[in-house]
Amino acid sequence: MDEEQATSAALSGVTEKSSNKPRGAVSIIVERCKGCGFCIAFCPSGVLTLSTVFNDKGYHYPEVAHPEKCTGCGLCGMYCPDFAICGARLPRGEAERKE
Amino acid sequence: MTQATTEASDKIVNPVEQYLRTERIPHIWCPGCGIGTTVNCFARAIDKCGIEREKMAIVSGIGCTGRVAGYLNFDSFHTTHGRAIPFATGLKLANPELNVVLYSGDGDLIAIGGNHFIHAARRNIDLTVICVNNFNYAMTGGQVAPTTPVNAVGTTAPHGVVERSFNLPFLAESSGAAYVARWTAYHVRQLTKAMVEAINKKGFSFIEIITPCPTLYERRNRLGDGLARMQWYKEHSVIKNGAPTRECDIEFQNEIVCGKFVDKDLPSFLEVRNAQLENLRREGIARS
Amino acid sequence: MSADTNGILTGSHYLDGDHACSEGAIAAGCNFIAGYPITPSTEIFERLAWRFPATGGTFVQMEDELASSIAIQGAVWGGAKAMTVSSGPGISLMMEHVGLAAMSEVPCVFVNVQRGGPSTGLPTLPAQGDMMQARWGSHGDYEIIALCPNSPQECFDLIIQAFNLSERFRVPVMFMMDESVGHMTERVVIPAADQIDVVARRYTKLPADEYLPYKPGDDMVPEITKAGEGYRIHVTGLTHDERGYPVMDARCQRQLVTRLADKINNNVDEITSFVEDSVEDADVVVVSYGITSRISSKAIRAAREKGLKVGHLRLIVVWPFIEQRIRELASKVKAIVVPEINLGQVVLEVERCAGGHCKVISVPHAGGAVHDPQTITEAIVEAAR
Repeated sequence: MDEEQATSAALSGVTEKSSNKPRGAVSIIVERCKGCGFCIAFCPSGVLTLSTVFNDKGYHYPEVAHPEKCTGCGLCGMYCPDFAICGARLPRGEAERKE
Repeated sequence: MTQATTEASDKIVNPVEQYLRTERIPHIWCPGCGIGTTVNCFARAIDKCGIEREKMAIVSGIGCTGRVAGYLNFDSFHTTHGRAIPFATGLKLANPELNVVLYSGDGDLIAIGGNHFIHAARRNIDLTVICVNNFNYAMTGGQVAPTTPVNAVGTTAPHGVVERSFNLPFLAESSGAAYVARWTAYHVRQLTKAMVEAINKKGFSFIEIITPCPTLYERRNRLGDGLARMQWYKEHSVIKNGAPTRECDIEFQNEIVCGKFVDKDLPSFLEVRNAQLENLRREGIARS
Repeated sequence: MSADTNGILTGSHYLDGDHACSEGAIAAGCNFIAGYPITPSTEIFERLAWRFPATGGTFVQMEDELASSIAIQGAVWGGAKAMTVSSGPGISLMMEHVGLAAMSEVPCVFVNVQRGGPSTGLPTLPAQGDMMQARWGSHGDYEIIALCPNSPQECFDLIIQAFNLSERFRVPVMFMMDESVGHMTERVVIPAADQIDVVARRYTKLPADEYLPYKPGDDMVPEITKAGEGYRIHVTGLTHDERGYPVMDARCQRQLVTRLADKINNNVDEITSFVEDSVEDADVVVVSYGITSRISSKAIRAAREKGLKVGHLRLIVVWPFIEQRIRELASKVKAIVVPEINLGQVVLEVERCAGGHCKVISVPHAGGAVHDPQTITEAIVEAAR
């Protein structure tokens, strides 16, 4: 399944058998975040939540609430205006190891 | 501090990172400003479009969007207000091998730069013009622009705009642009695809991107923060590829027509000029 | 290095100043012009439209002077040698971009074929009313170089010098012709290409990770590069540091702006150029430039016939001004007479530098014609009294 298909699958809420479900991960550069909330709102899988603590600039940054739900669609990274977050598909071996 | 989901995620590289002057990040744009979102799309478009990086040049004017040139790690030019397009014209004509991208705002490109915009489109100079439209002059504090819809407010129209606003796709098409599209900052995938097409397109390509300016336009017009606006774009934009551009006016708080409207094959300025030079060479007038 | 042989019309010609200027630009290696027609400069532009296919240059008529004055700068960053041409009203429009060229250190030439002003003025008649504008026309503190030819031959010779100075000092150069010189037809001798000295652009040879676009050399001039070479430069009109990145503070401002000024002012001896005749034992010296220098020569002859000891100092480079030389002269002569086709512009510089050590007499002319030499002779006689 390519990236486009994975995204539309995630967006439409279709789930697949756990051994085929793409797994992803997210990397956040907390100090760049300005708390706009785009990533949290537009993550189709509900991976992220707003932290209760602040970064040095006084913004609430995103935290990963449900890492197991991340499909690596990368939408968080596409929306982030501050280049503070990025998501990607984990290599298949990694995904299976996480089971 | 970097937070990651798993130990594998420190291998995650943001596709935009290699294209940034990272020593200058964080940037000056406000929380919820859409400009950075468009830059993500641009970075992914560069990855996909197959253009040699060292042959790409970014030209910006003055304004919030104009600061894009400073943050992108390319040969980049932050020119005077409204004059990015003629600068880019000179750059491209002097070195046609360069792929020249203009990244500027609605005020810079269409108000003070309006004359240059229509002539570059008329000439069909091979440029990609990315116009971030946030409906005001943001850098200087939120004055109205020729794109601010009637009845919206700005600091220079505190009682509401009375002038009609420009329909940018219509303006671009009527001036002769070869490629015209409009998306909002919400439509990240379509926008990325449009940028790939525009960069690879020969001739004058124009993409208008509607983005929030939460600090100024959105706040003064009580339209919510950046996120609220992005959600509003999602709910109130209508994708109509191929729609007649004259029907793409934006009225205050009315639907936004998005899509690819124009995609024509037209000879570019350099093609026509080079054909003439070829003829002149045959007649012995031009040098080989 | 000598000029590129392509397209140089070596030989003896009968050309007007405008046409000679175009040929001089070609001889200097100019290969890009963006412009807009305006009397009396249009012929320079038109001739290049006709000649560039043969010489390998690029011509584009832009929609206005604002576009022209920045298109040439884009072209320079693309590797071209560029100039634009205009007259009063167009030069006024170009002023913002003269400032950009000074600030971002772009070598380029702005030709001003001066006409009667202010405003639309006298489009087809001469004046020298833009001399102060050439120096101060854009906002902020910056320096430019300005040259004044007084004949079609000089329009050819000095435009080459203008390009050379712009390349040497990475600065915009104002080429101050006027309608008389531009539309007068005289013999112009164009030498062979190998006899024409052209200063090459100083491109850096440093690798990309070492090169800093605005780090000056010992002469305060940075090496330059162009787009597409992998340097990933950033060029901005904002106050910037050696990397070219904007830095918004007073310290950076002081460093940058004083270097831009010193770059020219500390190299005045290399830049300035003037011609003196019988100045050494003169009682009165006439300081002139451009077409007025030719009228002045006739006026001076008449004054000398009356037994007066009159010297002539003709400015070829008007900006930067020859402060030192004027100071020296002021302590030796009785008076300096400054005829100009304006209400008194360069005379203000002469007065300033003379510091009250001698009389300074302006011979103004509102414009539209050259001086009657008699008025200059009378001023000389009055000054000698």
